[in-house]
Amino acid sequence: MSTADQPLVLGIETSCDETGVGIVRGERLLVDAIASSVEEHARFGGVVPEVASRAHLEAMVPTIERACRVAGIRPSDLDAVAVTSGPGLAGALMVGVAAAKALALSLGRPLYGVNHLGAHVAVDIVEHGPLPEPTLALLVSGGHSSLLLVPDVTADVQPLGSTIDDAAGEAFDKVARVLGLPFPGGPHIDRVAADGHVTIDFPRGLTTGREVERHRYDFSFSGLKTAVARWVAAREASGEPVAVADVAASFQEAVTDVLTRKAVDACRREGVPHLQIGGGVAANSRLRAMAAQRCEAAGIGLRVPRPGLCTDNGAMVAALGAQMVLRGRPASGLAFTADSSQPVTEVSV
Amino acid sequence: MTRMRLLALDTSTSAITVAVHDGSDVLSSGSVVDARRHTERLAPLVEDVLRTAECGADDLTDIAVGTGPGPFTGLRVGLVSARVLAWSLGIPVHGVCSLDALAHGAVERGLVDERFVVATDARRKEVYWATYEPHGSSARRLTDPAVCHPAALPQDVRALAAVGRGPALYPESLPRAVHLFDVDAESLADLAVRRISSGEPMPVDALYLRRPDALTTAERGAR
Repeated sequence: MSTADQPLVLGIETSCDETGVGIVRGERLLVDAIASSVEEHARFGGVVPEVASRAHLEAMVPTIERACRVAGIRPSDLDAVAVTSGPGLAGALMVGVAAAKALALSLGRPLYGVNHLGAHVAVDIVEHGPLPEPTLALLVSGGHSSLLLVPDVTADVQPLGSTIDDAAGEAFDKVARVLGLPFPGGPHIDRVAADGHVTIDFPRGLTTGREVERHRYDFSFSGLKTAVARWVAAREASGEPVAVADVAASFQEAVTDVLTRKAVDACRREGVPHLQIGGGVAANSRLRAMAAQRCEAAGIGLRVPRPGLCTDNGAMVAALGAQMVLRGRPASGLAFTADSSQPVTEVSV
Repeated sequence: MTRMRLLALDTSTSAITVAVHDGSDVLSSGSVVDARRHTERLAPLVEDVLRTAECGADDLTDIAVGTGPGPFTGLRVGLVSARVLAWSLGIPVHGVCSLDALAHGAVERGLVDERFVVATDARRKEVYWATYEPHGSSARRLTDPAVCHPAALPQDVRALAAVGRGPALYPESLPRAVHLFDVDAESLADLAVRRISSGEPMPVDALYLRRPDALTTAERGAR
């Protein structure tokens, strides 16, 4: 049973190493099923595209099946199917796109190919209700670090700035490696930093002097990563112990300081008193705490989905797909392809 | 009992190929040769072929899919499509080694009459290959599917008539080209129908034949 204002939509996400299948009814999340290949990648020290693609193929039907079972629906109940068409790893995306096409075709339902970043913004609709329009979004993950102005998440997403080198999550991974912590680095640094103190003043990229003028809404984490590596190497060379917890806390502080400072600045300058944070790094406890504090001080309404909806998942794709249906956006047909470098402005294909 | 409506598809070679078979005959089929656009072309082609067969998706009774070996990205497009279609429609999915489908097609067309090799493009200057002999109206496989540089093929295999793109790409190693390049879903469908009726196991596992191209941190450290 479905009604026009409560479309039942299944979303598939395979842009990196998580096979995600989510189902929403209108703006209500029914299930978010995930199969992750992260443990298979850990021994390689990073995500290996071919390993991810193979894992997506094997996980696809079991994950769709689990999602439908938990939601208590049959495939034929679905009103539409949505899938991440990009950006992401090309081979990984193609598994999800092909699966979504097969599902849509078998059911005779419309298919929406949607942008991964737009989906990270839209997911908060199923967590905290309709998005203020416009809203400002900070998306931070292993692949992305972007500030976006979002007048309409189904049709109009405008990039304000992004990283000019490493993504924030990438910096976490690289610093974790320097500190001898496992992949993926984010959760491990968060955990270790909890026992440390901010004792080292690591550099904040693009926050001073003329760099701010040129890169007001851009990020740079490469210099920070190098500074941490040098700091650790110098201690090791002189035979001093490396206080891993303090280094982790200080590094994490520098990243979250830059992210929240620029996001709050963007809200002020753009006159948008609503900030939404998403992406895997938004699961970081220090980022959540600092953002809450700074937004409150600045009179900005902050929305951050629960950590499980910040990392890559299928619910976010279903959430954006349902919005596409609700706003009468055109479906994508079956002839589109995955676009590994799909621009953020291309909300759907 | 309702009549069989088997949808066969393969994306392991340069062709995207689809057919609908009713258990005795092919009702409709279509192929496009476009080695890098499997993701775009497969689903619309399935729609076209179903329409021509006047067969709705929910009329299908079976799915058959080529399991490779073949270039990984394209191969996965076919496999995941077949598995999802079968799951969604609640019908069985049957796997067929894609080299077997090519070999069956060569025999069906009368292109070979003695022992032969199927050699397809494995990229990276290698071929996927297996040897066969005609057996009644089909082909019997003599060796397991393998991957190697064409120059590394056994001498007796290089002397055989060769089906697939291998001989066109590497005529110096495979001089006896048979004019059949890519898998044809009509042959795949026919072979699948025979195997289903004989009760042969038909797993849908991907035949990669190569492990992922990456070193573990331990292996990197050992270099």
